[in-house]
Amino acid sequence: MLHTVNKSPFEKNALESCLSHAVEGASILLIEDGVYAALGGTSTAARMAEAAKRFKVFVLGPDLAARGMDAGRLVEGVGIVDYEGFVDLVAEHPTSQAWL
Amino acid sequence: MDEMESGVVKKFMFVNRKAPYGTIYALEVLEMVLISAAFDQDVHLAFVDDGVFQLKKGQDTKALGQKNFSPTYRALDGYDIEKLYVEAESMAERGLTPADLLVPVEVLSRAEMGALMNEMDVVLTA
Amino acid sequence: MAAYTYNGKNIDADEEGYLLNINEWNEDLAGQIAKDEGVAMTSEHWEVVNFLREYYSEYQIAPAVRVLTKAIGKKMGADKGNNKYLYELFPYGPAKQACKIAGLPKPTGCV
Repeated sequence: MLHTVNKSPFEKNALESCLSHAVEGASILLIEDGVYAALGGTSTAARMAEAAKRFKVFVLGPDLAARGMDAGRLVEGVGIVDYEGFVDLVAEHPTSQAWL
Repeated sequence: MDEMESGVVKKFMFVNRKAPYGTIYALEVLEMVLISAAFDQDVHLAFVDDGVFQLKKGQDTKALGQKNFSPTYRALDGYDIEKLYVEAESMAERGLTPADLLVPVEVLSRAEMGALMNEMDVVLTA
Repeated sequence: MAAYTYNGKNIDADEEGYLLNINEWNEDLAGQIAKDEGVAMTSEHWEVVNFLREYYSEYQIAPAVRVLTKAIGKKMGADKGNNKYLYELFPYGPAKQACKIAGLPKPTGCV
């Protein structure tokens, strides 16, 4: 299962709900305002770092760049993908679930 | 679509995470669910997070001038949509028990809900 | 927008003739809609129309035809809860046409 999350963890619980329902082997892609969850030094960073050990976690580069967020400040274990990588992730997983 | 036409039944799950009335999501999902009944698929309906509020008994929207669509959940049985799951933790966090709900449901733990989602062919969350 | 006239008052309907406000419905108006549809109302027709109104009042939706047929069968018996009987009463579809006469919206899931 590929999970996408597009809400900021500081405003909505979409990420938290996603993390608590995802099962082993899941991938999680942070997009749009969801990318704020990928950054280190925040109140949610520890939760993200722990999640990155259980799941494959990615963040969409163009959404990070659009928001002026530094790709060098990501939580350890979070990978960056571009739009092509997004498409590859969707193709690799038989099912996707969008947490809105 | 080809697979549907050839009669392959897929496991669909509609996951409700939003409270009713504040946004249009709950009503839109409900309409999608009713329409999906025409395709004879294996439809599952899950209520997690604020989605559990959709099933609260005693909704009265008269003063809002909006339609109270909560009675429609009781029609789902007649549409042969009988797989309704509510998450125990989401209810507990919101001070609800199954006695507060307007339809009979199966109560699942968060872990069980996650496992069930993982078994689906198609998951639509709103 | 289509409209019906009842007691000199305009009753708004959508382009297919379904009432916009269910509360404006009454039996005389139903008779008028039926006439426009070419349906001569009998007690059997009224039985279905009244059933639909009760269904709507309980569930807040107009049922899909499959659901209506099943529900009528459950309440009134198999000789009425079948397509042949209901289509003879309402040739353009028991859900679509009877809902229009009953003042309900077009059934959800009908396209």
